[in-house]
Amino acid sequence: MSLIQVEDLTVRYGASTALSGVSLHVEPGEIVTIVGPNGSGKTSLLRAIIGAVKPVKGRVVQESGVKIGYVPQNLHIDETLPITVSRFLKLPSNVEAADISYALTRAGVPDLAKAQLSQLSGGQFQRVLLARAIIGNPDLLLLDEATQGLDQRGSASFYQQIETVRQNTGCAILMISHELHVVMSASDRVICLNGHVCCEGTPAVVASAPEYRALFGTGTGGALALYRHKHDHSHDHGDHNHDHTEAAK
Amino acid sequence: MLDDFMVRAALAGIGVAFAAAPLGCFVVWRRMAYFGDATAHAAILGVALSLAFSMSIFVGTMTVALLMALVVNVLSGQGYAMDTLLGVLAHSALAFGLVAVSFISGVRIDLMAYLFGDILAVSRLDLSIIWGGAALVVALIGWRWSALLTSTLNKDLAYASGIKPKREQLVLTVALAITVAVAIKVVGVLLIAAMLIIPAAAARPLSRTPEGMAIAAGLIGILSAIIGLRAAYVLDTPAGPSIVCVAAITFVATSILKGLGHQR
Repeated sequence: MSLIQVEDLTVRYGASTALSGVSLHVEPGEIVTIVGPNGSGKTSLLRAIIGAVKPVKGRVVQESGVKIGYVPQNLHIDETLPITVSRFLKLPSNVEAADISYALTRAGVPDLAKAQLSQLSGGQFQRVLLARAIIGNPDLLLLDEATQGLDQRGSASFYQQIETVRQNTGCAILMISHELHVVMSASDRVICLNGHVCCEGTPAVVASAPEYRALFGTGTGGALALYRHKHDHSHDHGDHNHDHTEAAK
Repeated sequence: MLDDFMVRAALAGIGVAFAAAPLGCFVVWRRMAYFGDATAHAAILGVALSLAFSMSIFVGTMTVALLMALVVNVLSGQGYAMDTLLGVLAHSALAFGLVAVSFISGVRIDLMAYLFGDILAVSRLDLSIIWGGAALVVALIGWRWSALLTSTLNKDLAYASGIKPKREQLVLTVALAITVAVAIKVVGVLLIAAMLIIPAAAARPLSRTPEGMAIAAGLIGILSAIIGLRAAYVLDTPAGPSIVCVAAITFVATSILKGLGHQR
């Protein structure tokens, strides 16, 4: 059975429709990436899955006992609120100190437990959010543009960390990403969203779908090239070579 | 011991500081500073209604403050910015309150007493209301602490943990309404917001965790009440404002401490 099953989901904000008739499912252990232009309802979809928006139609079914870890987009911590990383990881319910240091280690920031949340760099903060999301050993990780604001090196190493987390814990990942080159090399399945599901399938299938081409143009041919890189490892693509090595680090 | 008006005043001040500390922290963190003012202004309407229907001031102010909290909770997130909403409600409640007061014939009420409070006239009954209200507020905030903190950090993180941010906001506004209602006698309408915000703001540079900040704010508030009352007695100054002045001086002191810390 799927970990989560989204059935015929329709979400409206006032008069405008963010999502209409969206269905998808995530199986244990797979990485599914949602791509789509701005305003295509990607964030609305994740927010509907965590229960932050009520759909007007359709539903989200979770397999019983499924634990979800959520990494939001762009979280701003007000400096008026003093809070250490370890206190943040204990919200909303207390966890053992050992679990905290284990989660921070797995997220790649083992030394930050005592740091103030508002003083972290963008990359450190995203990793702390990742640590908080994996602390309860979730079956499914939801990532909403988790690398926003990171430079290319930072985001490549962040995705590398996520891949490591998946290898260690076997959790499934449903993520939103704008970084097509990373998406295409790291995902098992890609869903192209634009208010509705335009097309979905393996990265190669989606990249060659006319719906995807219509949304992202031919400029994303590089993404496909990189995706192929991963398999044939012929490093003769010049410009994309550098991107690829970053992503693979 | 309770026969001494200074002792009663000190206990009343401590009670208010105790409830205002954790609440004031949330007011600062959530940038709701104006909310204290708005609820307090609305309380003037409550005073007028209590006099008109000859019920206790506490019941009147509590009713209006709670109504205000509910209206804010319902209307927030419906296209009005929070400050606009609070501005509309605060000033219209104040205006209606002042108009309502003028209709009450035969009763001369001393509005100044409600604007600035009269901590030296606190009775045993007032004291039990203040401490009852303060205990209720602290228990309420303590019970919802983690959920409130999570929704303050980020609404979506709260939803993902099964917390409903809107419900937590209601808990907070209700606690705020109770605090304003019990504190009106002590520091008055104009200075309630000060007791909420200033100790919390003064505690910020001293704290590393949210809990630490709430405790530090409580200590600063209690010290301000005791020292302020003492100063008022010695210097023959008004009691409520003296308490707020001590809190304000503490704020300046901790800000300077923080500044020195940064230079090192």
